[in-house]
Amino acid sequence: MARRTAGTTGRPPGIERLGEDGVLVRLGTAIDPRINARVHALARHLAASRPDWVRDIVPAYASLAVFVDPGKLPRASDPLEAAITWVQAQPVDAMADTAIQNVIEIPVRYGGEDGPDLADVATHAGLDPVDVITRHAAIDYTVAMLGFAPGFPYLLGLDPSLAMQRLHTPRLRVPAGSVGIGGAQTGIYPRPGPGGWRIIGCTDVALFDPRHSPPSLLSAGDRVRFVPVGSA
Amino acid sequence: MMIRVLTSGALTTVQDGGRDGYRHLGVGGTGALDAYSHAVANLLVGNRGGAAALEITLAGPRLRFERAARIALCGADIDAQCDGVAIPAWRPVSIPAGATLALGACRRGARVYLAIAGGIAVPTVLGSSSTDLRGGFGGVEGRALVAGDALHVATDGEIPVEALQVARWWIDPSPDIAFDTPTIVRVLPGRDTVAPAGALFDPEWRVAVASDRQGVRLEGEMLRPVDPDERISEPVSPGTLQLPPDGQPIVLLADAQTHGGYPRIGHVIRADWPRLGQLRPGDRLRFEPCDRAQALDAWRDRCNRLARIELAISARLRSG
Repeated sequence: MARRTAGTTGRPPGIERLGEDGVLVRLGTAIDPRINARVHALARHLAASRPDWVRDIVPAYASLAVFVDPGKLPRASDPLEAAITWVQAQPVDAMADTAIQNVIEIPVRYGGEDGPDLADVATHAGLDPVDVITRHAAIDYTVAMLGFAPGFPYLLGLDPSLAMQRLHTPRLRVPAGSVGIGGAQTGIYPRPGPGGWRIIGCTDVALFDPRHSPPSLLSAGDRVRFVPVGSA
Repeated sequence: MMIRVLTSGALTTVQDGGRDGYRHLGVGGTGALDAYSHAVANLLVGNRGGAAALEITLAGPRLRFERAARIALCGADIDAQCDGVAIPAWRPVSIPAGATLALGACRRGARVYLAIAGGIAVPTVLGSSSTDLRGGFGGVEGRALVAGDALHVATDGEIPVEALQVARWWIDPSPDIAFDTPTIVRVLPGRDTVAPAGALFDPEWRVAVASDRQGVRLEGEMLRPVDPDERISEPVSPGTLQLPPDGQPIVLLADAQTHGGYPRIGHVIRADWPRLGQLRPGDRLRFEPCDRAQALDAWRDRCNRLARIELAISARLRSG
């Protein structure tokens, strides 16, 4: 059987234009680790054959966007036609995901001043705070995407018992390194700023430093494990 | 060469042509919101169009030039004085060492670009000099200017200027910058549609006070998406017209976040982004539907106009 590509049958992805220089490829409409894994596999295929007119490949939960640099394409053409043709030539079901995945360990001080919402999360879950920590640190999470702010990882895999809606009123300032729970997801704030997630701990690991190459500690598709360390 | 910031203005940042290629890490494009005025200001002082310049918002700073400099102001219609003498926009101006440039309030439009020959020298971060206010990097320490800052300019030698010199020629910015009321911008279809059809295009919208470099927030009739189901976050980009649950659309600008989960009801074409950058709170805005061919034509026309302006300016600058 011929290998399916993004342009043929099976589960054909939705392709949508994002303005004049972006193409969005939609592989699903839910937050689902299997769909997200397909997004990252497609992103890797695209990256492996990336033409010089591609400006960025941006993964999300169940979709990814390709942005082009129209200045590097023939001026007479519609720049997105080239991008759509390129995207449609990629295999969509090369999902036996053999790519090597990094597992990055993030040391976290849970609770206390570092995790002001740990007690509330525990109460909400009907658990002892220690069990919240154990469950939160027991899982290898997947970086579904980086967004919201530079280097902010949206992590998939949270134990459903720990899910809790965001604060009604976001905090005006959450410290850098804060580890939070927002609905069914967990994430880490790379720098201080306003935030509505339930903060259960804090890490000293720098998630984003624009002077470094690459600037982000984590990439979409990476695996992340939290390691509890003694609170100060 | 150094410039001392005496007062900062409302929001003055270093911006260049933008920061490309890092959206996958959650880093937005940044860059001048009115890239047309930004480019013309740079060209007028002999810089390349995408060089680092100051983006000044609504109320301008006061700056003391330690050395003589050639400058140009383009964009919003602003009250500008050099040591008390009014100076006009859209043309090169040479100012002597020790002069103080005082920029007042924008009379029409929201953003004015101050380009200085040589360009403002700040460290390049992720390929750009632009200030990323949300990320806290680029420009001057990742923030807006404050009184006391020193700006360095990459000049290749002394400019002999004894007294203020204003060029007798200028660039006519229309039709790209026109300050029409209402401002009209053209929109490509998005993934979502609103009910009733035409509800986006029929009424006039008012620019809300909460608008900033992330987006133009609009006030008007409440729009409803045809499909109100919740969506998961997907990539978005500048120009995206998104519709939050309050029914009041937001046009994303250069500093917008890279992903968003609201319905996307259209996309303002690139050629009209400078007009978005010149909107101020209370201004009125209308959307006009357009198709891809019109968008491509509009962008080509823009590029051609800028190329002609660049040629005309370089001929003028060569002839002195």
